[in-house]
Order: sequence, then structure tokens, then C-alpha cells
Amino acid sequence: MTTPLTLFDKLWARHEIVQRDGESLLWVDRHYVHEGSFHAFSRLAERGAAVAEPELTFGVADHYAPTRGRGGPIANFEIARMVSQLEKNAADQDITLFGLKDRRQGIVHVVGPELGLTLPGLLIVCGDSHTSTHGAFGAFAFGIGASEVAHVLMTQTLWQKKPKRMRITADGGLAEGLGAKDLALAIIAKIGADGAAGHAIEFAGSAIRALSMEGRMTLCNMAIEAGGRCGMVAPDATTFDYLKCREFAPKGDALDMAMQDWTGLTSDSGAQFDREVSIDATAIAPFITWGTSPEDALPIDGNIPDPGREQNPERAKYIQGALDYMGLEPGGKLTDIVIDRVFIGSCTNARIEDLRAAAAVLADRVSKVPGLVSPGSSSVKRQAEQEGLDRVFCDAGLEWADSGCSMCVGINGDLVAEGERCASTTNRNFRGRQGVGARTHLMSPAMVAAAAVCGHLADVRSLMVGKN
Amino acid sequence: MEKFTRIEATACPLPAENIDTDQILPARYLKLPRKGEHGKVLFHDLRFDAAGRERPDFPLNRPGWRNAGIIVSGRNFGGGSSREAAVYALYDYGVRCVIASSFGDIFSQNATKNGLLTALVSEPESGALVAALTRETALAVTVDLESQSIVCGPLRYKFTIDPARRTRLLNGWDDFDVTNSFHDQIAAFKAADRKARPWALPSQAR
Repeated sequence: MTTPLTLFDKLWARHEIVQRDGESLLWVDRHYVHEGSFHAFSRLAERGAAVAEPELTFGVADHYAPTRGRGGPIANFEIARMVSQLEKNAADQDITLFGLKDRRQGIVHVVGPELGLTLPGLLIVCGDSHTSTHGAFGAFAFGIGASEVAHVLMTQTLWQKKPKRMRITADGGLAEGLGAKDLALAIIAKIGADGAAGHAIEFAGSAIRALSMEGRMTLCNMAIEAGGRCGMVAPDATTFDYLKCREFAPKGDALDMAMQDWTGLTSDSGAQFDREVSIDATAIAPFITWGTSPEDALPIDGNIPDPGREQNPERAKYIQGALDYMGLEPGGKLTDIVIDRVFIGSCTNARIEDLRAAAAVLADRVSKVPGLVSPGSSSVKRQAEQEGLDRVFCDAGLEWADSGCSMCVGINGDLVAEGERCASTTNRNFRGRQGVGARTHLMSPAMVAAAAVCGHLADVRSLMVGKN
Repeated sequence: MEKFTRIEATACPLPAENIDTDQILPARYLKLPRKGEHGKVLFHDLRFDAAGRERPDFPLNRPGWRNAGIIVSGRNFGGGSSREAAVYALYDYGVRCVIASSFGDIFSQNATKNGLLTALVSEPESGALVAALTRETALAVTVDLESQSIVCGPLRYKFTIDPARRTRLLNGWDDFDVTNSFHDQIAAFKAADRKARPWALPSQAR
């Protein structure tokens, strides 16, 4: 009898070229690059090397992409240089680029899947930690640094030590108004921002099966915020339906052959995981973050933590430090936290389903604070406009912009001002993440919309009465 | 890459959890080319105020720790963004080793590629090191990779590091040279894989 294997074991085995000193040399099926990959291209130039497999390498302009005034030249010369540098590197190395003028431009972790470049069974890397997103398709996908990007460019391979295997099982249905973001924050709050360090996570259970591809991508995107090497969901009918007719996805005979392969991409019954965690999805309320790490997350009906009630002095110090940065007093209700602005965007929560969820709350309502909506891709933007979602956001008083990483990391100039408090659909509430001194509260798109309507953090479920 | 065998240096305690790579190197400095000058912006917003003045309470700004070659920190050091420039910043500043009770995986991997050691100890051990260094600023710390040991005054600890990363650091290997020695295996894998998984190529590939 053969040993039952996990999905991750199967993905690892099929990409392993050789082993050496406890590491494996792995074959890379897709390599996504962006403006930030310039260090690696410099390394290539120093060696006078060429990209080994240009047809497996795809470039996207997203990190520095301006979200306003897309038609004209970029005013900030440093940002313009970051974009033109990527264009030049892609052209020199014969890499397909989805640049600022391409209809397919968007955030790399939204574009890869929607073009059918991301497929089940592939090993996918990118010099960006949120590459874990692509695991939603049953791919082995993870973020790498510049040295590894250079290595992949030159060899199409990567040295890795096999991570441990962890299964997170979420059973039961999520309550009305809740989504994958709430589930992700609940998991991170439970296991910690380093809870999955050194592990490959497989998300399983009825709550995961019930998620759309968009929801699965949100969840796998946040796997890195739990410290996971990668996150993945076994492909199923939801996955295969999503991939139909995507530009770069297999078609005809190739698709038949792929389907035979993909249907085997599940963890065998009895497969052993190094660690198992389970969570009751039915018990989850909408989650928000109050502090400066994604693990600082609580259900919206809770209170701001009080360091005075904390037994562990180190922990008390951490909480006090986070509250000082966030400008919060201990003990108050989370729903009393008044916000200054909202942001709907990023590779975590700016797909069409996310925009629909936010728009459903904002329809016929007005935002009490200013805010920016940046769709996950130019394609998502066009679809949202066809559905009239842009009108909902604009009528509510929010700004409808072009696609890019935008206010999630702020390096294109979309920043939250010092001391301002932002309800955000993004992935990181780190100090200074959205701008020096900016205060970020992470939550789902529906919860950001609820905060916009109320002017303070709010339970979206209280706004759903009488709607539908 | 420079080999790492042993370091004896001043060690600066940064007793905080979750020092993410955004703290180590704020995103607005990601545009900097690699010229050995990333050290100037290490921990920028923790080290300097809005006017660019040093914050006197930040440990690395204190006279005794200014020249630290080792940093001792709390749980989840280097979590978050994959930016390798966070490692450049530490390295260019002169830091060659970070001791903590857990690290971001990508950060650790990047560190290994640049000759920076990430030494894993238990939470009580990192706490004891921080306490000892806070009491006696000038206490020299020795970290030996061969024996995986840390000596700090009377404190003696063994640290953990992945064996493959240890070997890589001890030898200062260049990954490309190692990989190139497997050129034939890579070519054979690719040929077999293209037959087994033709669908894995992008459908519009040339």
C-alpha cells in the first residue's frame, strides 16, 4: 500500500529536480515580475545573463502604477523611472508585459488568475509575499526575495527546503454578510502572525468549499499574514469553471489532459499533516484589526484590549505600544472607533465580488468620510463599470480610480496622512504601511463600506436590515 | 557572498514582537539601487522623527549600541513583505546576525542569500539576552555558527538554524554556481515535464 499524500506533497514531488543537503531544486512553471523586481534584473545584467525561460515569465506594472491621470505622463520622475525600468527590462529580455497601457494591466495577483496564467498544479513564484494568493487554484505559490528572483530568471529553478504541512479546516456556513476576509482574520487571530511559520497551509472543510474563487484567493492571500510559506485549496468544480476560456488557460486536448491531472490534486484520505487546526465558521462574527499586526484582530462586537488586564508583562507592553501608535484608549467599544477615510483595493479584496459586496452596502447611501476605490485590475474595473458599481461608489462620495497596489503600500503616492485613521480592505496594518504615522484597520469590503456609511467602525449586519 | 563563521560584536536589544520588514525598511526606500548604502535608512521611521532627527529612545541610537553587529529581538522578526532590501539595510548598517524566537520565512531565506545569520532561540532565551544586554550595554556577544552557540556574559545558549542554510552560510556559496552544476538534470527534467504536462505551458506561448 502506498503512503497517502497531501496535496502539498504531490505538488512538491512533481517539481523536484534534484536533492542536495536537505534542499530540493524545484522547477518553476510561472514567474511573475513587477517594478520591484529591478534588483534581480540588475543582477542578471552584472552577469551578462539572459532570462532562461521568457515564455514562462510575465511582467505586470502594479506597485508604482498611478491610479489617477493614467492617460498622461507620470509626474513624479522617480515613479516614472520605476515603471519605465520594468518596461525596458521586459523588452530587453523578451518577456510579455502587461504595462500601464495594456487592457490586461492590474495587480499581479489579480491578473495572473484572471488571464488563466495561474493554474492548478503549477509552481508559481513572484518577488512579492502575497504570491500565496495563487494557491487558491491548488497551485504551489509563494513569495521570494530579489536573490531568488534573479536565480529563477537565470535558471527557471529554485532551491527550497520542504516546509511542514499544516491543514486548517473550516466547517459550517459563514453568516450572511461575512466573507473570506473575516475567516482569514479569525484564523490569524487564533494562530498568530507567525502561527504557520515554516508550514505550507492547506485550507479545507465545507466553509472553504463553499467559497468562490475570489474568496479562496482572499484567504490564500492572507496565508502569509499567518506566517505560512504558502496557502492552498484543492481544485474542484468551482476552480475548473473559473478557468474556462481564460486567455492563457489550456483549451481542447490540452484542457482534457490537464483536467485528468487536476482532478487528482487533493489530499489522499488518511494523509498526515504535521499540524491540524480547525475553526467553526458558523461562530465567526465580522472581524476587524485594532493594532499593528494582522494578528491583532477581534470580532466587531468586542472591545479595545486593555493592557492593564494582561497577565504577561511583555504582552501588555506590546498592546500598549500598538494602542499608542493607533491613538486608541483601552476598553472602549470597537464600534466607537471614528475613522477619517476608507480604502477599497489591493490584491486581497479588490476583485469583482469584493466590489459588489461593498457596493451593495453603499447603494443609496452616502459615505461620511472620503475614500478611494481602486479595482484589482483594469478588467475588474471595466466589469464593475458595466454593472454600474462605479456609479454607486461615486454617488456615495468615494473616488473611483485605476488599478494598482495603490494605498495598500502607498509607493505610487496614494497615502494616508499622518495620524489619519483608515478602514481598509488591505492585508497589512503595520506601522507606516499606508503612510508615515497612518493608522490602518483591516476588514472586509462590506465592513469598510459599513464604516464609510457610519463614519466609525460598524457591524455590517446592522446595515443589512431591510436591504436585499 | 561573504562566508559566515563566527562573530563577536556589540549586540543591540530590540525587545519588540512583530518587527516587520516595513519597519526594517519603509516602502518608500524600495526604489534605492543597491550601492551599499541601505544602512542609512535601516529602521528609518523608528530611528528618526519627521524632521530627520534621531529618536534618542530608540536602542540603536544609544551610544553603546550604535555600532551593533548583532540584534536581539522578539517573536516574528522580519515578517511581512518579501523585500530583500530589509536584509540589505541590516547588512549595510553592519549587522551580521539577528537573534529572535521566530522569523518571517522569506526574510530568513533572503538573509541566508546575503550572509546575514538568523539565529533561532526560545522566547525565554531571547528575553534573557535582552535583559542581560539592557543591564550591561557593552557586553560583547559571540555567535558561532559551526557550534551553533551564543555566548553573552554568563549566558550560553544553543541556537537553531536549518542545516541547509547553515551549510550555505558557512561556505558562502553562490547559488548560481551550485545550480549550474546540475545543468543536465535540469534539462532532462524540462524535457520530460513538457511531455508529461504540455498543458502547463501558457496556451499562447511561442
